[in-house]
Amino acid sequence: MELKEKLLSSFMIFEDKVDDDTYVHDVRNDAIKSFEDKGFPTKKEEAWKYTSLNKILKEDYCVFPRQENALEYRDVKKYFIHEIDSFKIVFIDGKYSSHLSQTTHEGMDVCLMSAAFSKPKYRLVIENYFNKAASKDSLPSLNTAFSSEGAYIYIPKNKLVEKPIQIIHLSTGNESALMLQPRNLIVVGENSYVQIIERHQSLTDNPVLTNSVTEVFTHKRAIVDYYKIQNDNFNASLIDNTFIKQKQESIASMHTFSFGGNLTRNNLNFYQEGERIDSTLKGVTIIGDKQHVDHNTLVHHIEPNCESHQDYKGIFSDSATGVFNGKVIVEKEAQKTNAFQANNNILVSDKASINTKPQLEIFADDVKCSHGCTIGQLDENALYYLRTRGIPEREAKALLMYAFSNNVLSSVKIPELKQRITKIIANKLGVNIGFDL
Amino acid sequence: MLKIKNLHASVEDKNILQGINLEVKPGEIHAIMGPNGSGKSTLAAVIAGKEDYEVTKGSIEFNGEDIGDLDAEERAHKGVFLSFQYPVEIPGVSVTNFIKTAINESRKAQGLDEMPAKDMLKRIREKADLLKIDRKFLSRSLNEGFSGGEKKRNEIFQMAMLDPKLAILDETDSGLDIDALRIVANGVNKLKNKDKAIVVITHYQRLLDYIIPDYVHVIHNGKIVISGTKELALELEEKGYDWVKQEMV
Repeated sequence: MELKEKLLSSFMIFEDKVDDDTYVHDVRNDAIKSFEDKGFPTKKEEAWKYTSLNKILKEDYCVFPRQENALEYRDVKKYFIHEIDSFKIVFIDGKYSSHLSQTTHEGMDVCLMSAAFSKPKYRLVIENYFNKAASKDSLPSLNTAFSSEGAYIYIPKNKLVEKPIQIIHLSTGNESALMLQPRNLIVVGENSYVQIIERHQSLTDNPVLTNSVTEVFTHKRAIVDYYKIQNDNFNASLIDNTFIKQKQESIASMHTFSFGGNLTRNNLNFYQEGERIDSTLKGVTIIGDKQHVDHNTLVHHIEPNCESHQDYKGIFSDSATGVFNGKVIVEKEAQKTNAFQANNNILVSDKASINTKPQLEIFADDVKCSHGCTIGQLDENALYYLRTRGIPEREAKALLMYAFSNNVLSSVKIPELKQRITKIIANKLGVNIGFDL
Repeated sequence: MLKIKNLHASVEDKNILQGINLEVKPGEIHAIMGPNGSGKSTLAAVIAGKEDYEVTKGSIEFNGEDIGDLDAEERAHKGVFLSFQYPVEIPGVSVTNFIKTAINESRKAQGLDEMPAKDMLKRIREKADLLKIDRKFLSRSLNEGFSGGEKKRNEIFQMAMLDPKLAILDETDSGLDIDALRIVANGVNKLKNKDKAIVVITHYQRLLDYIIPDYVHVIHNGKIVISGTKELALELEEKGYDWVKQEMV
């Protein structure tokens, strides 16, 4: 049976199992119809021209994870930023692991979507926010139809969340092939501040396909710093759909670090629904072999006096392929918009490739918008210069690549996270130099 | 220390060096002068191990070992240092970060442990003071947006940090005003001792007022055409390079 058919028939069983109130029920039913109509995206669609899902859709995925597989903290510790105190919401094969998690209801809610869906006290929040930011495209719709578990974070107003929140999805290979559809809802109240780190990690070579949706609502003057670490193993693919709605004077940033996985697609969408909003989208991609990473971003400037900053760096070796498609829409009312976009790439091998495409749709006349993309090689002169100082070729290359990514890394606000990423980069490049000087 | 015998080198089939012979002993300072395009910088790059150049004939010996087939980094590990005429800008790597990496990679190659952070810091401060380099300057990206003088001072700072046996200074005086020239020359002179050798490559005699050479060689068309003592540099300054060219004819 094809995956689409399998999902459609599974949906009927799924709907019987969950006993939700009517709002969510209706949303799910609409969503499955939307997915049924559209099907999985193909290369014929402009937004998917350079990313084919064909291969990864051929696996016979188990779409309902059966049971929680217990894991010991010490075995998975390395996937956590364990040097700092943090809240943790951990899932193993899609099921919540209370053992590994550290949640809270004190003054805010850092807990589970399953709880939010089922308990009456969350009903209002669900009705006000659930699926209010996500698009109706086929993959987000598919996720919406099956949404049952994920992170639920509700920060009321005037709250500075001092510990970062880590959302971690682990898969154990219990199933020969597994499809996961986590659903996260994050609401940040007026004047509040939160830092979130998200990671998906497969622990075996069994194929995993994750189709994740995260909705983030940042209210007036709220600040959200969101970090995604994508360093999964070769049989794990991720389609990340993230939708961030911002109200006036809020500041939201997303850093995406893509170092691993088979196929990774980031659909990252910012909607500015107020004045003086600031949005930052940054990413570092360092991949090799036949890995594929696709950044598909949208910043929708709707109101005046807002800013957006995009800075994506990519380094591609072997036969790796990259895509950057950055869309910026500036509505007629959005005067005095400052929108910047940069995408710089280094191709380390002749077989690696990158398709980069800025897409600016500007309807206002008093705006500053810029975009630039570059594709190049490592600077031979710089390499020679470093080598004459005693730095061997491989280390010199690593240093130049690190330097190339440094603009993005330097804005990571959690030092332990930055250190971890630096270490992952050094590992990835096969060198043992402490960049963190 | 350095023995160059009948060295021929070419780039993209163009012969640039056509039989260079040069011997430099520990404690000596040699100046290599010559008109533009004579092969001075090529000689420096070939000694340092730039891959673009192909050595077609002859040999380069360093402390009794033929280094002609070694990579640039291996030559650096043996104690060869080249101060670049045009130092490369490397955004994203701070001067400190860079020099620490360079020193520790060299130590690693020699089977030594990394230099303790405290010692490193002390050394950085000491050498920065010697070259009158502002501490703030050390946290800036390597050579990025540096003035010509800052770049050259930074080259000598690196030399001081790395403590090479043989330092080749390629047009270190170009782009320097008189004050910077004095600081740089003073730095070089302080680093000089009986075990080290310095090769100064320059177009003008000016730098040689501050770094006084034991020998002066003039290159023309890829060959050393005259050698002498420091007086030769003065004579050149007076008569110009045309004099050498005419002598050749």
